[in-house]
Amino acid sequence: MEWEVVIGLETHTQLKTNTKIFSGASTTYGAEPNTQACEVSIALPGVLPVLNKQAVECAIQFGLAIDAEIAPRSVFARKNYFYPDLPKGYQISQYELPVVGKGKLTIQVPAGKHSEAYEKTIHITRAHLEEDAGKSVHGAVEGMSGIDLNRAGTPLLEIVTEPDMRSAAEAVAYAKKLHELVQWIGICDGNMQEGSFRCDVNVSVRPKGTEKLGTRREIKNLNSFKFMQQAIEYETQWQIDTLEDGGKIQQATVLFNPDTGETRAMRSKEEANDYRYFPDPDLLPLIVTEEDKARVKATMPELPEAMKARFEADYGLSAYDAAALTASRDMADYFVAAVQAGAEAKPAANWVMGTLSAKLNAEEKAIADSPVSAQQLAQLLKRIQDNTISNNAAKQVFEALWLAEGEVDEIIASKGLKQESDSGAIEAIIDGVLAANPAMVEEFKAGKEKAFNALVGQAMKASKGKANPAQVNEILKKKLT
Amino acid sequence: MALNIEDIKRIAHLARIEINEQEAASTLTKLSGILGLIEQMQAVNTEGIVPMSHSQDLAQRLREDVVTEVNQRETFQAIAPMTEHGLYLVPKVIE
Repeated sequence: MEWEVVIGLETHTQLKTNTKIFSGASTTYGAEPNTQACEVSIALPGVLPVLNKQAVECAIQFGLAIDAEIAPRSVFARKNYFYPDLPKGYQISQYELPVVGKGKLTIQVPAGKHSEAYEKTIHITRAHLEEDAGKSVHGAVEGMSGIDLNRAGTPLLEIVTEPDMRSAAEAVAYAKKLHELVQWIGICDGNMQEGSFRCDVNVSVRPKGTEKLGTRREIKNLNSFKFMQQAIEYETQWQIDTLEDGGKIQQATVLFNPDTGETRAMRSKEEANDYRYFPDPDLLPLIVTEEDKARVKATMPELPEAMKARFEADYGLSAYDAAALTASRDMADYFVAAVQAGAEAKPAANWVMGTLSAKLNAEEKAIADSPVSAQQLAQLLKRIQDNTISNNAAKQVFEALWLAEGEVDEIIASKGLKQESDSGAIEAIIDGVLAANPAMVEEFKAGKEKAFNALVGQAMKASKGKANPAQVNEILKKKLT
Repeated sequence: MALNIEDIKRIAHLARIEINEQEAASTLTKLSGILGLIEQMQAVNTEGIVPMSHSQDLAQRLREDVVTEVNQRETFQAIAPMTEHGLYLVPKVIE
């Protein structure tokens, strides 16, 4: 039987705020345990939550970015469960009335072994504001668990999709796109190691061609795209094998073990959790007006889709190039800076996606930390454009720029890379080449086109690569005919 | 909706409240009474009325995103049963 996998994602994005969602305690990462845990964070009796304006604005920004309905009125609810890192005994979240409703995100799925690259729209069910829990530290003291409540109360936006994805590749493409988007609009730092962006993946399988969803298992807390890919592939195969062996899938929460590459069900609780959600009487409904939305919208950067369309229209870039350049805001910013500094758009796009990206990848550097600035790249491209240097020489200049050996024109001068464009000098070189290679000249005159190219090569060599190839071609042609 | 004694014990377990048989029986009577009252209220026609989420008809006030809290760990941990390296200690929990 042929099987189809059905995947939905829940992503917790930590919002980029100075303070917690319901108190004025700092959210700075990596502080000494419990030094950023105020009365509200540790849930002393009688404390009251006061909602952070910035967290609300982050949620509105996200809603606008995915073209979603933003609820004019949303409600905070208590999700009740017991765990030591949740001292109140409940998490403040949103349940029936989330701040962000239905939206969508277009993803680019890269070409695979058996498939071409394609685009797909993923529907987002909702996004809601909630607080993070604290952290449990095991093993510090024998027989005890240590609780650090610095993270308790950190604002999160939980983003939930419809079960729209049909492969691990689509799920990863969605997660990457979302990861870029939240950084692009500046609501999340995207740091996966520090847990700022964590994904839970719901996976089920069904016979291909059927409608009814299979029983799902939820893979918790994936914090790398590579692990996500591996976990989904393993889980999908495990479910198919189980069903083909006549077994049944039990709904469960599973964890991925990166060392074995396997998923394993967490010990099932004796009693299923019943969160007993109800509206939190400590918080009034959150009202978002049209004016609030307009005000937030005015502060937002141009979105990747809009920028992509603009690159195609204004710069004549292909859809592929425009999509690649807008894959991250830093890359798009770099490209725009190079063009504004006077580079022509197409060569700038080629250099950013080609030589620069390759070098950055090789040295595992982010484009924001590129040793070659956008302005330097623009200057380099101008020198190719005005025939000062050849493309080959430009690569050498680029390497020198990377090593901070100076500015473009200094490097061209110090390395003697300037192209010879003086036709008198080139003519002298060509005369020398013709005199030294009478056999080639004869061959050309006998109709062998290849001999012409060989003569060009000789002339370039004689000029130590500095002669302008177009000029060499032209002068040589004139002399031979 | 009729509750039985098993429902009471399950709810008590979820709420981590210890109750004995006698307390369970009296809680069953009380909770059933409350549910009876809710049944009466559900008979009222509420079509077209937005469910109330708060007793006051006001909107949530928002706070500027500025740090106002200082580190008071020493004060708070002075009344904690056990602490170590700045952590609050609790009996070991395993996933």
